[in-house]
Amino acid sequence: MVTRGATLAAELHVALVAADREVWSGRATLVVARTTSGDIGVMPGHQPLLGVLESGPVTIRTSEGGTVVVAVHGGFISFADNKLSLLAEVAELAEEIDVQLAERELERAKAEGDAAAERRADVRLRTVSAR
Amino acid sequence: MGAQLRVYKRRIRSVTATKKITKAMEMIAASRVVKAQRKVAASTPYATELTRAVTAVGTGSNTKHPLTTQAETVTRSAVLLLTSDRGLAGAFNSNAIKAAEQLTARLEAEGRQVDTYIVGRRGVAHYNFRERKIADQWTGFTDEPAYADAKKVAGPLIEAIEKDTADGGVDELHIVYTEFVSMMTQQALDAQLLPLRLEEVAEEKPKGEILPLYDFEPSAEDVLDALLPRYVESRIYNALLQSAASKHAATRRAMKSATDNAGELINTLSRLANAARQAEITQEISEIVGGSAALSDATAGSDK
Repeated sequence: MVTRGATLAAELHVALVAADREVWSGRATLVVARTTSGDIGVMPGHQPLLGVLESGPVTIRTSEGGTVVVAVHGGFISFADNKLSLLAEVAELAEEIDVQLAERELERAKAEGDAAAERRADVRLRTVSAR
Repeated sequence: MGAQLRVYKRRIRSVTATKKITKAMEMIAASRVVKAQRKVAASTPYATELTRAVTAVGTGSNTKHPLTTQAETVTRSAVLLLTSDRGLAGAFNSNAIKAAEQLTARLEAEGRQVDTYIVGRRGVAHYNFRERKIADQWTGFTDEPAYADAKKVAGPLIEAIEKDTADGGVDELHIVYTEFVSMMTQQALDAQLLPLRLEEVAEEKPKGEILPLYDFEPSAEDVLDALLPRYVESRIYNALLQSAASKHAATRRAMKSATDNAGELINTLSRLANAARQAEITQEISEIVGGSAALSDATAGSDK
């Protein structure tokens, strides 16, 4: 019973959902995200949490030992009962990001002074480099 | 070929062409309903998680927020009406417009001023034709709404509700949309979106689930501040998707009955054409028989 509890507690269930689709879901041992008050790492057994996310890369260390990096453009993190939900209006897996396109967009946004687009492109590039 | 018969043949040809078109539109609409339904399903996880989070803050803290507190005296309400850009969908648009007009009448009877916001060219055209004021309008995305479109719609509405009523803001926000019940049933209905009644949101979640005591990061107020606009956006997004699915289902049904009617018309016309052809033949025969009889009478007469 104790061992079963221990193995169960060693991983948490993660659901990363964007407004129009479920981006990623699975088991993980550690999730690192940036909230408005700083970086936060959630491990199994963390106390219930509800926070506002900053735009930026979110790193998920999966149970199989892999790492999933996702670009999250604003949203929320909520954790309870070993279930972690990351809610984002827009979320992209690092593999889905087109680096050249993001670089071009960053240049264009800088030239036009479009702060929102610049931030989006910057988050994408940071996500790819964090992979 | 007689004139009568030629007219029937021409009409049959034209109705057959129309039938082909309506049949194609029916099949396109049917495939779009399935796609729209899939989009509704894909947006559900986000909506459920968001509802859970809103409930958690609403019940886990005593935070007050302009979006959740009912004004003591409501002087101005906003009504958001969702229609479609294109017609050929039976009573879809007129039902939604009728529901909005009933709601407007009810609110005005309670002594409130009503600002109307409209999505979809059909609704805009209806209001413009009657020279009624539209506070804001959006068109061009009703067939396949994206989340960005819902954001575009929600932005000015949230702004209006956060403004003081004296400065032209509104106290409450109602939404009129067409709920997609099933392929055969779609229902125009109105719902109050804001101020949010947290008790009602709490009722939406599955029974028997106990919410844990959350640690709010950075604070309950800030979380609620960020959460509520997203919640409104996601509700509007859901309403847009349901309206789109309903519109396609209504189009499918309208086109199906158009196709059926065309088929019936073709049957009737072919019968008439057959009768006309038969009458023509009968007439020709009697003309020949009459002619030959007259001829033989004449020759018989000259013999004598």
